[in-house]
Amino acid sequence: MDVLWEAPESLTVRQVSGQLTERDLAHTTVMTVLDRLSKKGFARRQRDGRAWRYRAAESREAYVTELMLSALDQTGDRQAALARFVRSVSGSEARALLNALEALGEGSKG
Amino acid sequence: MTAVLVLAAVAAACVQASSTLSVACWPRRSPAAAIVLWQAIGLGWGLAAVGTLIGLGTATHRSGLAGSALSQVAGFLDGRAHAPLGFLAAARLVCLAAGLVLLSLLVGVLLSVSTAVLRARQRQRVLLSLLAHGDPKVPGALVVDYPAAAAYCLPGLHSAIVISAGTLDLLDSDELAAVLAHERAHLRERHDLVLLPFIALLHGFGWSRAARQAHRAVALLVEMHADDRALRQRPARELATALLRVGAAGGGLAPSGALAAIEADLGGEVAARVTRLLRPAPSLSAPALALVGLAAVLAVIVPAAVLVIPF
Repeated sequence: MDVLWEAPESLTVRQVSGQLTERDLAHTTVMTVLDRLSKKGFARRQRDGRAWRYRAAESREAYVTELMLSALDQTGDRQAALARFVRSVSGSEARALLNALEALGEGSKG
Repeated sequence: MTAVLVLAAVAAACVQASSTLSVACWPRRSPAAAIVLWQAIGLGWGLAAVGTLIGLGTATHRSGLAGSALSQVAGFLDGRAHAPLGFLAAARLVCLAAGLVLLSLLVGVLLSVSTAVLRARQRQRVLLSLLAHGDPKVPGALVVDYPAAAAYCLPGLHSAIVISAGTLDLLDSDELAAVLAHERAHLRERHDLVLLPFIALLHGFGWSRAARQAHRAVALLVEMHADDRALRQRPARELATALLRVGAAGGGLAPSGALAAIEADLGGEVAARVTRLLRPAPSLSAPALALVGLAAVLAVIVPAAVLVIPF
């Protein structure tokens, strides 16, 4: 998927496996993975002669945003799906508490 | 009739107890015990409320309330419904139907929320498999390159703790360890399952103040309980500063309208968690805990017994 994200245009299976130089993958393995990605909607493919050309359906950033929004936006069902460490609080209030805490820490050390 | 009166009393007592419990101070001292009591009150209320309606709709209670109601439903379906109904029989039919609707609403909402939850988690897992990577600063957690502070856990059989790159920059290594300890407690003790019935309650009865209060109270207690577990491994100060730093930085979504008020309230919740960490109150004494346990057992046993045992 990283290869598709970095490519400026759509790639054939052979081009993708060519860029995966660090891992020695069989052509058919790459083909299967790309096929699965396109079935799940992460990659789009079009016919180019006898081969398929693949490109990422959305940019990497778009997926990161989706992932993080579903974590940060705790309304509806999403709240049940994940458990956030702490919800965001109004900035001024939290900063006041944080200042108090740091003053407290310095006091106990000094 | 006694059975119906007992059930109505239990249902009313559960509502009363939940409003008392949501403003009480002692749950913060022993969150685990309070969570058990909340579960029992929720279950007890469900049994009693459904039971009251079904009991009103049932003519005789000879084979236990649940059994009598079943035979009554069978009777109605058996063609007696075609005979002209007297006023009393019609009223009974309405109550019986209301009871069954309430029961199916409770079960249905729980199922639909569970399905939505599983689907959202599956989507998260797929996205994480494409986007996340490990980092030596947070062993065992997944890191996503995102500038804002975010830390959460993805419960389930294939659980994960997710930390944003922004959080890695924001917190020092001790604070990160405290965050991990807190999230691991959530995952280990399956706090998502503890909270699920209350989220379902919120979906089914979001208009009700009592349901909203119950959900808020349990959600906060679950966080406090995970804080307590994290304290077994990490000092309180690390967890407290981590909470405040992430809370203060994790905004990003502009609060508007009603949400702004909620956010202000949430400031109060974070403050409550921090205060608890820095100035811990002693947990409840053994007799007090026994009393809480007894109340929890009674809240479930009494309505269940009335439903099953013939009078």
